[in-house]
Amino acid sequence: MDEKKTENKMSFEQGLARLEKIVALLERGEVPLDESLALYEEGAGLIKRCNAALDQAEKRVSILLQGEDGRIQEQVFDPNADYGL
Amino acid sequence: MDGQLILSIGEVNAHIRALLTTDDVLSSVYVRGEISNFKLHSSGHMYLTLKDTEGILRAVMFRGSASHLAFRPENGMKVIAHGRVDVFSRDGQYQLYIDELIPDGVGALYVAFEQLKAKLSEEGLFDPAHKKPIPRCPMKIALVTSPTGAAVRDMLRILKARWPIARIRIYPVRVQGAQAPGEICKGIEFVNRYRLADLIITGRGGGSIEDLWAFNDEQVARAIFASQIPVISAVGHEPDFTIADFVADLRAATPSNAAELAVPDRIELAAQIAHMQARMIQSQRNRITVLRQRIEALAGKRVMQDPKNYLADRQMALLHLTQRYEQALIHATQQRRERFLRIAGMLEALSPIRVLARGYAMVQDEEGTIIRQANMLDKDARIRLDFADGAALCRVEETLLEEHDGREKDGK
Repeated sequence: MDEKKTENKMSFEQGLARLEKIVALLERGEVPLDESLALYEEGAGLIKRCNAALDQAEKRVSILLQGEDGRIQEQVFDPNADYGL
Repeated sequence: MDGQLILSIGEVNAHIRALLTTDDVLSSVYVRGEISNFKLHSSGHMYLTLKDTEGILRAVMFRGSASHLAFRPENGMKVIAHGRVDVFSRDGQYQLYIDELIPDGVGALYVAFEQLKAKLSEEGLFDPAHKKPIPRCPMKIALVTSPTGAAVRDMLRILKARWPIARIRIYPVRVQGAQAPGEICKGIEFVNRYRLADLIITGRGGGSIEDLWAFNDEQVARAIFASQIPVISAVGHEPDFTIADFVADLRAATPSNAAELAVPDRIELAAQIAHMQARMIQSQRNRITVLRQRIEALAGKRVMQDPKNYLADRQMALLHLTQRYEQALIHATQQRRERFLRIAGMLEALSPIRVLARGYAMVQDEEGTIIRQANMLDKDARIRLDFADGAALCRVEETLLEEHDGREKDGK
């Protein structure tokens, strides 16, 4: 499947978790200033990425159907179709 | 024997068999009794005796029927058996050929459910330690359910409203009937094999206990347990509990509820991220403000304003020290002078000159030895008398020794 390629180093969820950690670290104010600036920058990048992910267009729903050759194929799901079940 | 037929055993049994099997009652009868002498043969056939207070009835259940049983028969279990009565010629026995067996008193399905639940629970399939966490933000969701019907529509509607950025794949399966368990298992395995999702929801809408039965199937339970991908079960309505619910990583009350539990709300999450952004900016701003204030406080110090101030401060300090030193010196000198004068006064009070001034005289012989006693002098000795204002040289005419303390006067 094609997801493997588009998955970059960090998933949306991991990015979100990292962002939460960064905010907590910055709020505690215990990291040295230069480190906090680096964290801030990282956080800003994550926010941008998370927002971009959230702004993605709606994904289509697909259905996995067994073709005539017995292999399972992915098709756009039609909520009004019968699918023989 | 006159003219009477003599029958073989086989003929008698066949005759009895013909009587029994043509009887309307015996060809399809329900019998209530308690199981005893239960034997499960390796062939899959079951042999048992049904008994009650009035007697016993031998019974057999062939593999074809026995394999569909949703529970395990046990000795002592009260059951209702359905079947026909027939003769087993070899043994000369009639027996009940059971095609359906249900526990008496409680529903058969209930018993099967409880037995499977107990078995899987003992095996640890429901152990919370095996529950996988549900991803917070699944990006790929597989629905192993019927592609038609209200359940899938409800799920899709909610998933679309809350979290339209997830890719949703439907693995279509029958959710009731004999084929359903196998298809559900296959669906879960397929999604796992190709990693088609990071979350699986399997379930169906409400129905009777029989309708929901596929989700009480042991194989389905094992497929859910074996899934590397977290599984949410979503079967029927709120009060319906299935084995799938116990083994799933998360149980949803209904398919709609599963969709709500499965994904965050995109708008809420965006608001949370905006809030985190605000907190991040605020905390960093505060940090910089605090640092700036510290810098300003330091910069505000006199020494940082003009380097000359540093010297001036040091000079002032030096002057101060010098003055204190001088003060201390003066003070110390004065104290010493006063002490000297006091001692000098004491010395003066002891001075012999002062004694002489009061009318006493000091006597010395020619060698300058001070004469303290009259007996130190002889007649004609030359002595010197010192007075306050001068001295006189004299000659001793006579010494007069006073007698006291009984001592004899020592006339010289």
